[in-house]
Amino acid sequence: MALLDYFRQRKSNSAAIAKERLQILVAHDRRGDGPSYLPHLQRDILRVIRKYVAIDNDAVTVNVERDGSREILELNIILPD
Amino acid sequence: MARIIVVTSGKGGVGKTTTAAAFAMGLAERGSKTVVIDFDVGLRNLDLIMGCERRVVYDFVNVVNGEANVGQALIKDKRNPNLFILPASQTRDKEALTIEGVDTVLKELGREFEFIVCDSPAGIEKGATLAMYFADDAIVVTNPEVSSVRDSDRMIGILSSKSRRAEQGLEGIREYLLVSRYSPDRVQRGEMLALEDVREILSLELIGVIPESQAVLNASNAGVPVILDRESSAGQAYSDMVSRYLGDELPHRFLNVEKKGLLGRLFGG
Repeated sequence: MALLDYFRQRKSNSAAIAKERLQILVAHDRRGDGPSYLPHLQRDILRVIRKYVAIDNDAVTVNVERDGSREILELNIILPD
Repeated sequence: MARIIVVTSGKGGVGKTTTAAAFAMGLAERGSKTVVIDFDVGLRNLDLIMGCERRVVYDFVNVVNGEANVGQALIKDKRNPNLFILPASQTRDKEALTIEGVDTVLKELGREFEFIVCDSPAGIEKGATLAMYFADDAIVVTNPEVSSVRDSDRMIGILSSKSRRAEQGLEGIREYLLVSRYSPDRVQRGEMLALEDVREILSLELIGVIPESQAVLNASNAGVPVILDRESSAGQAYSDMVSRYLGDELPHRFLNVEKKGLLGRLFGG
């Protein structure tokens, strides 16, 4: 019933959510995959740290940033409080 | 030298084949000798959309393998004498195409045709990378939807790195954005990414916006490129897109909700 739909209509704004998610995702994708050893490196680091501290799977992030001809390996480890 | 245009997207089902068929027909209608090639080996569909599925004898793979010559495999469109279709093989796998084989066929076609339109398969595997490898221009077909936009962004990256032009250090492929299945009323309700959002993320030159339209399904049901449905919004939008490709400057149409009267709003679907 079009009449009912008219009154029931609420402003959903899933498009805004879509845009925000895409902007983050695309920026991440564009940074590139980095060298193929990165996932392995990430796993190894995780394993070594776990010998000493209990950390979550997502506590270690490994990224390669390119700055002109320089490559910067960025390693982020979040230790539990 | 023929101009080679790839119609690509990454994601499947966004309207690559519909676009390739409409675009090729549009170029032929403007008087240019045009061939449209189906690169989707194993899952050919361009022949269906063009309505020549019962006239396929030899295909692209036969030509690449030297089992038939180009002339034997080309299907002449029944509606427009400038338009030819080179169908994909339905029985082989995508490994059947080689870069050398495709190069040879494109060179031969290039002697006879003004435009070569390559209808890429979905994905980023061999068929898709071969379809784009020799391209001069690319039409990136995108739906206003997250997965399609993301895949298009990925495709744009691949286009700029894995093409003949990139490898030989030539001027890069000219890339155009075509937004299809656009629904202004859903955009107005905040349910669909707006054109500006898609452009902001993909930042390519916009060559056309094809509105969501029943005419597209009708056209594929009948095997007629939708550009020939001149009454339909989708057909007109494709026609505008062809004009823009050929250098005309036209405003984009069908971007806003058609105004309905009060009665229409209360009772109309």
